[in-house]
Amino acid sequence: MKEELLSVGIDLGTSTTQLVFSRLLIENMASAYSIPRMVITKKEIQYQSEIYFTPLLDAVTIDFAKVRRLVEQEYASAGIRKEAIDTGAVIITGETARKENAREVVNALSGFAGDFVVATAGPDLESVISGKGAGMDVYSKKQRLTAVNIDIGGGTSNLAVFSRGEAEDTGCLDIGGRLIRVDKDSHIVTYIAPKLLEIIRKERFELAVGAPLSEAALEPLLQILTEALEQSVGLRSDSCYYDLLLTNHGLKHTEKISAISFSGGVASVLYEPERYPNVFVFGDIGILLARALRKSRLFSCLTVAKSAETIRATVVGAGSHTTELSGSTITYTDTPFPMKNLPVLKLSSEEEARDLSEAVRKKLNWFLTEEGLTPVAVSIRGEKNPSFERVQEYARGLLDGLGEFLRAALPAVVVVEEDMAKVLGQTMDFLTPEKKCIICLDGIRLSAGDYIDIGKPAAAGSVLPVVVKTLAFG
Amino acid sequence: MRDEEIKTMVEAILDEMLNQQDPARTPEPKRSEVIQTTAAGFKQDGKNEGDPTACLPDLTEVDLRTQFLIAHAKDKEEYLAMKAKTPARLGIGKAGARYRTATMLRVRADHAAAMDAVFSDVEAEFVEKSGFVAVKTLCKDKDEYLTRPDLGRRFPGEELEVIRKTCGSHPKVLLIVGDGLSSSAITANVSDMIPAIKQGLSLHQISLPPVLFIKYARVGAMDAIGEVTEADVICMLVGERPGLVTAESMSAYIAYKPRHGLAEAKRTVISNIHKGGTTAVEAGAHAAELIVKMLEKKASGIDLKGVQ
Repeated sequence: MKEELLSVGIDLGTSTTQLVFSRLLIENMASAYSIPRMVITKKEIQYQSEIYFTPLLDAVTIDFAKVRRLVEQEYASAGIRKEAIDTGAVIITGETARKENAREVVNALSGFAGDFVVATAGPDLESVISGKGAGMDVYSKKQRLTAVNIDIGGGTSNLAVFSRGEAEDTGCLDIGGRLIRVDKDSHIVTYIAPKLLEIIRKERFELAVGAPLSEAALEPLLQILTEALEQSVGLRSDSCYYDLLLTNHGLKHTEKISAISFSGGVASVLYEPERYPNVFVFGDIGILLARALRKSRLFSCLTVAKSAETIRATVVGAGSHTTELSGSTITYTDTPFPMKNLPVLKLSSEEEARDLSEAVRKKLNWFLTEEGLTPVAVSIRGEKNPSFERVQEYARGLLDGLGEFLRAALPAVVVVEEDMAKVLGQTMDFLTPEKKCIICLDGIRLSAGDYIDIGKPAAAGSVLPVVVKTLAFG
Repeated sequence: MRDEEIKTMVEAILDEMLNQQDPARTPEPKRSEVIQTTAAGFKQDGKNEGDPTACLPDLTEVDLRTQFLIAHAKDKEEYLAMKAKTPARLGIGKAGARYRTATMLRVRADHAAAMDAVFSDVEAEFVEKSGFVAVKTLCKDKDEYLTRPDLGRRFPGEELEVIRKTCGSHPKVLLIVGDGLSSSAITANVSDMIPAIKQGLSLHQISLPPVLFIKYARVGAMDAIGEVTEADVICMLVGERPGLVTAESMSAYIAYKPRHGLAEAKRTVISNIHKGGTTAVEAGAHAAELIVKMLEKKASGIDLKGVQ
């Protein structure tokens, strides 16, 4: 059994907006004598859009009408109808995620782009997505090492650490190519980002909006940014502005990083500096930042790997690497798919072992909104080889804890890590005589603070496409 | 007294080997032997010394996927990462051209478990406790069962009568259990798998007559039962030929209208049901869905794949 999913990725970044269409191939990798195991075996980019400047109405508002027109145009030139889209993600990144209408834009755009195109935001997710788009998960798996990808865009540098194929850690700094913008011809500074203004003030650098920019005056500032990036991957510990430049948090450094790759707009210059002789061709400091980074410890102390994508890493990540498949032994009763933006209610192993129903009931209160109950996804670990009795205990605990949901005719969504979702779902179904809606998935790992979107069944109903994401706006 | 003497001698030799203090008299191979024994999980704290009722540690408790017996590996972590993907006996080192003692003993222990699984019977008590109705094929004992596969597929007249009485005529679904080549597989898995199947079927308002237990059963025995009961779908749980990885692996063979002469391709199989493979409860839930699909599509095996 083979099947394809058509996936779209849209990236609304600090400086650029892009779109890609990818094809995801689903195949059954299990032998004929076992329970099917559907996996995504191939991810192929089918169409790449132009790279546009992200349209803004003013400094704090995204021009949604224009974004929408761009997307419409690209769908038309790719010859793809919205109805043909099976899955995908819109990600709003960097400074654009901090605009006042960021949430509305990303939600509206995801609805506009396809039925199961999910809205995402948040620096941690962005880091992982761009790292996967850059191919560092595959590189670290093949080379059997720990590697970091830094996606240096217009406003932020997103770090993602991959250890032997698994995303281990993320971090983000407010360092990007467009933190200072200049007029291409006169080289007059037109914009300086707030955090850089603070550094300039403290260090008494000769840099100001309205004055012409010289390479020499910029050099010490670029040095500060470079040192902060060196510190971010553990190559020094004396950067004075590292803490100031952190967006949310840095890396935890649990594993030694031995290789590095770069993506984002600045990375295009990093890998091929000779192609950009005119330093202000983009009207910003991106090229000069890239030149400074090439001379830094990032290049001399770590193995530099070539990323699969540079400026397109995030959009390729959003298009090709956000959709996962649930395990193939799952249960779902009559459910209106897709289900979007379910917050994750994560139980610890202790809570799971002690009193499941009590733990679920208690934590549900955290998710009460003004409108009352909204669906959540309960995430549990499960057991490797449970007895039937143990499965019944789980089912009773969950049903009891989710009782209020079932009475309100809301779906009960349970996500188990271990392979036991089919029997658990059937048991829950069996134990609730009235009409209900139960979804029980396995093979997916969730963390507290995540959101999950569940798409329409694929591969003859045997799996559900799932996107695990964050929704953190600036 | 002779046993005592041997015991004392062995103890003295072991003591000499393990507690060799003089470095000049400690050649390399002996040191590696120490590594091996401790790595294999044997306790050497002398706690059980002199206690005649004490047990040796159970060799088969050691998880082979995490056992690592190579003394000076260049990258142990990476080796273990690869080992985690297979139950094969990798990274076991060697002593000269041979296995080390720990590996050799474990192979023999696993082989013994496999032999036991084939040659022992499912206890009558277990059959009764599970509420199964026991029947027997034409085989008169284990030897005949092993040498005459044809007899393991047929029943004598009086047993057919029991089957008919137990299952009725034209049942929609029959669930039967056969010892097959591993009795251990049956005792390890059916108590978790059967309730999962029954529950899954009851969600579709399908109930089952009592479960038959067939002694000396081959898979083809389901055809004979299909013939006499005219059942629509039969699901047979049967012990798989055991190997060195596990002796507790069970299969579910499910067929739509099995009758004498049914082509093997028309059986749907879920294999490798054991605690390290597909778990019994998930296999049960999956089997129930397959059965429902077979009733709906009136097909099984390759035919069922064709209509999907």
